[in-house]
Amino acid sequence: MRVELTEEQEMIRAMAREFADKEIRPIAADIDRGARFPQETVRRMGALGLLGMTIPPVWGGSGADAVSYAVAVEEIAKACASHAVVMSVNNSLFCEPVHKHGTEEQKKRFLVPFASGARIGCFALTEPQAGSDATNQATLAVRDGDHYVVNGRKLFVTNGREAAAALVFCQTDRALGHHGISALLIEKGTPGFGVPRVEDKLGLRASDTAEFVFEDCRVPVGNRLAGEGMGFKIAMGALDGGRIGIAAQAVGIAAGAWELALAYARERKSFGVPIGQHQMVQWMLADMATAIDAARLLTLKAAWLKDAGQPFGTVAAMAKLFAAETAMKVATDAVQVHGGYGYITDYPVERYFRDAKITQIYEGTSQIQKLVIARAVLGEA
Amino acid sequence: MPNAFWCVVEDDRAGHPKKVMAEVLAEAARLSGGRAEAVWLTDRAEPDGLRRLAEWGAGKIWLVEHPGLAPYRGEVWAPVVAGLVAAQAPRAILGAVTSRQREFLARLAARLGVGFAADVVGLAMDGDRLVATRPVYAGKLLARVAWARPPWIATLRPNVFKPADPVAGREPQIERPTVTVPDGALRLAERREEVSTGLPELSEAELVVSGGRGLKGPENFVILERLAAVIGAAVGASRAAVDAGWRPHRFQIGQTGRTISPKLYLGFGISGAIQHLAGMRTSKLIVAVNKDPEAPIFKIADYGIVGDLFEVVPALTEEFKKLLGK
Amino acid sequence: MKILVPVKQVPDTATQVKVGQDARQIETGGITWIISPYDEFAVEEALRIKEKRGEGEVVVVSLGPDRVKEALRSALAMGADRAIHVNDPAFNEADTLLTARVLAAVIKQEAPALVIVGRQAIDDDMGAVPAQLAELLGWPSLYWVMEAAIDAGGRTIRAGRQVEGGLEVFEAPLPCVLTAQKGLNEPRYPTLKGIMGAKKKEIKDLRADDLGVAPESAQLSIVRLETLPPRPPGRIIGGDVREAAHELVRALREEAKAI
Ligand SMILES: Cc1cc2nc3c(=O)[nH]c(=O)nc-3n(C[C@H](O)[C@H](O)[C@H](O)COP(=O)(O)OP(=O)(O)OC[C@H]3O[C@@H](n4cnc5c(N)ncnc54)[C@H](O)[C@@H]3O)c2cc1C
Ligand SMILES: Cc1cc2nc3c(=O)[nH]c(=O)nc-3n(C[C@H](O)[C@H](O)[C@H](O)COP(=O)(O)OP(=O)(O)OC[C@H]3O[C@@H](n4cnc5c(N)ncnc54)[C@H](O)[C@@H]3O)c2cc1C
Repeated sequence: MRVELTEEQEMIRAMAREFADKEIRPIAADIDRGARFPQETVRRMGALGLLGMTIPPVWGGSGADAVSYAVAVEEIAKACASHAVVMSVNNSLFCEPVHKHGTEEQKKRFLVPFASGARIGCFALTEPQAGSDATNQATLAVRDGDHYVVNGRKLFVTNGREAAAALVFCQTDRALGHHGISALLIEKGTPGFGVPRVEDKLGLRASDTAEFVFEDCRVPVGNRLAGEGMGFKIAMGALDGGRIGIAAQAVGIAAGAWELALAYARERKSFGVPIGQHQMVQWMLADMATAIDAARLLTLKAAWLKDAGQPFGTVAAMAKLFAAETAMKVATDAVQVHGGYGYITDYPVERYFRDAKITQIYEGTSQIQKLVIARAVLGEA
Repeated sequence: MPNAFWCVVEDDRAGHPKKVMAEVLAEAARLSGGRAEAVWLTDRAEPDGLRRLAEWGAGKIWLVEHPGLAPYRGEVWAPVVAGLVAAQAPRAILGAVTSRQREFLARLAARLGVGFAADVVGLAMDGDRLVATRPVYAGKLLARVAWARPPWIATLRPNVFKPADPVAGREPQIERPTVTVPDGALRLAERREEVSTGLPELSEAELVVSGGRGLKGPENFVILERLAAVIGAAVGASRAAVDAGWRPHRFQIGQTGRTISPKLYLGFGISGAIQHLAGMRTSKLIVAVNKDPEAPIFKIADYGIVGDLFEVVPALTEEFKKLLGK
Repeated sequence: MKILVPVKQVPDTATQVKVGQDARQIETGGITWIISPYDEFAVEEALRIKEKRGEGEVVVVSLGPDRVKEALRSALAMGADRAIHVNDPAFNEADTLLTARVLAAVIKQEAPALVIVGRQAIDDDMGAVPAQLAELLGWPSLYWVMEAAIDAGGRTIRAGRQVEGGLEVFEAPLPCVLTAQKGLNEPRYPTLKGIMGAKKKEIKDLRADDLGVAPESAQLSIVRLETLPPRPPGRIIGGDVREAAHELVRALREEAKAI
């Protein structure tokens, strides 16, 4: 077994790291405080090919593998988790399902501009009553000639305000339960598609999390991805890939917080020595380093399986679970290493602490990941 | 004279050698036992400029005065000096670290097929050979280098070598060799003088003057600005001064401000809190002025004055003015 | 128009450098290698000239051991068209002059219209290769270039070099050698496509024989590498204000050479 990146993957890591350090890190605190979406840097990430990484070049993407994607998300998240989620959602939850299930025509309209980063997309599954229980969809799409008429609400849509189009999951046949869910590509500006609200959040503040309202919104049948009733499968497939992105984001948050803690432990003195000389601080640093490496390896394994064309959903769930828990634990301890300064907004570590929490919640909570993993190991898929 | 140490003259483009030549000539004289000579390529050499070279220790001045030699063009200078070298066989050819001399001496070395050492900070004879010391890896290490054969060609960093005391009234011995100055391919199209932007930008500045709570109020930053103007420094501040609204945040140095590593940092009325040190501890040289002898900043300072900054700053400003002739 | 850009691989500025066993080279284990930053300005300028003209070829060249391929690949990822790797142990201890001879031999084979080089490599900080190259080729050279423009016919260049107190803009016939100074441009990040495409681009390997350059001994060689002397303990300057100020300024000038 070989655990090393190829030269190309290393170059992608180096590029993402340099871009993150020079262009993103300097603005991260500011956009967090102001809850400001970083349009300019996101545009530049698009130009670099970071927003459609795994999509083939003919469709506007970069043609990279999932390992490169994980490595790049981690580097971006190390500087700013908000940028990383914009990247992860556009790549995994929008471009990948459109690439996998879209027709030629749909790919021209909904993949090329999005994979190239000229526009960004979003993924609208969650509803007020359908969070962990995503099968419980209430948004209705009723066929009317060559259109669907959509009515309903979607919550917590990442990129929701900034996106040019959304992948929206709707019931086309309520009687069939989640077998009656279909996926529609709906453009912003379609009459009846409203964005009434953007949430104010604990963390990930520079990423917009929006609410969608559909009122008699007419969507051409040609905008449906794959067949009627295929929606739930499409969503679950996308989330499998998405979990690699979120796992990588969590690894990045953890690694970023850890670097801050390490630097501080060398700098800060108490009782006449740098605090890194105190055994209990060393203990924290050692645990952090170990967990981060384990999380990273698990994430890369999921990505590697995906690249090898092997089933990767369970390992992706493990990676997402373990990386998210690691991010939260590491960020908490990184604040601890900083003492009181860690609690003050002048120090960047508190942002990592606030940003870490979401990784345990979205794209399946940690509890849901455990459910997925348990079912797989018990053989009850 | 064979075996002479030649010093290529850096001038002010108006007929006078720059002061750095006093350092280069003194070093050449020291190494060669008094056989320092100047080589001056210029479109005009003023008599007092020539005299100055002699006073600084040039035993002889090889003067090539020709309109085609200004502005400097490497492809024109190199053959001229190479011709002189062939005839006179100097043992070393030294210059100052300036943009054009760095290029010229490298070019000359290639023409002569000998070694070249740039940005030298130390020179010593080791038996029959010259050994130069030069910083490498951004000053993280020092390299000692030696040449395979003469002439040994190098540029010397200014302000490092000790200038000789000038010998007043020494008459220059001028040689005007007959040489052909080639036409050269480069044509000067325009020269743009720099518009002075006042003080340098904080993170790029080589010299930084910084003030803290000890300044007591925004109006008092004027005395730091005056000092900064004299030495060409940028002005920074501690967070205490920034939080008090005396300076905008972009001037804050420290963990939550800018990280700087100038050649020289001068801190006034700054206690030296760890968060401040994080932003400036990599400065090459740190000077602190504080009225409290126990102030932590003195622990990392290379030089310190314990005293009232309102007295020390004006006194320092005067001293710098004297030194810099302003 | 063909533009040739020599690039050098150097340790990352953040890397700690240690003196190696033989005290003549650095310890290379654990070093992160990068393209010397000034060389990135040079590559960027070459790419911009090509893009602006809508035609041309950018060739990058590097001299060094196997690891140097990474630097070449990075330049290819930025957009250079092909690369030449001069990889021969005979050049292991090349000084600037031998390096310039090797590069001049490559340039004679390639016959570019323009050579752009970084103003200095940030490892040995010598900054001599561009001028030496120009001399060996018999070409004009412009150092520390801050702006450059090529005429529509591709026969002359107008470039401004930074001098103390200003900028001198020259016109030169091509071919010529420019050295890139910080401020000339802002180098691009390689795009993902560039990185993915880099492996398909040619890296030609050359040895001393291919170039007809006799490996000669260096004209300037390193006798010894040393670490810096430790920072001396600080000094509190006493006396009355006037004396203290005088002494401080003297010390800054004479001992520390900081002013
Ligand atoms: C910032 C942010 C961005 C988001 N982005 C998107 C997006 O782009 N697209 C999108 O569709 N959604 C998005 N979401 C929604 C997110 O995926 C859901 O919030 C998440 O799936 C949890 O659903 P819920 O909030 O309804 O919690 P609930 O499902 O109500 O869960 C509440 C608690 O109960 C636990 N729980 C629920 N069911 C079980 C069970 N069976 N066993 C054990 N425990 C259980 C959960 O783990 C959790 O602790 C986002 C959310 C946020 C906050
Ligand atoms: C979260 C956080 C982040 C921080 N980030 C930064 C940062 O980025 N940068 C930063 O600088 N600080 C930062 N600090 C603040 C830092 O802890 C100190 O409070 C601050 O540096 C003190 O500034 P000072 O030295 O100017 O003031 P003080 O500590 O009050 O020191 C003033 C000094 O002036 C001296 N003095 C007074 N009058 C005179 C006089 N007439 N002549 C000579 N000396 C005189 C005094 O003896 C004293 O030593 C941060 C603090 C926190 C909590």
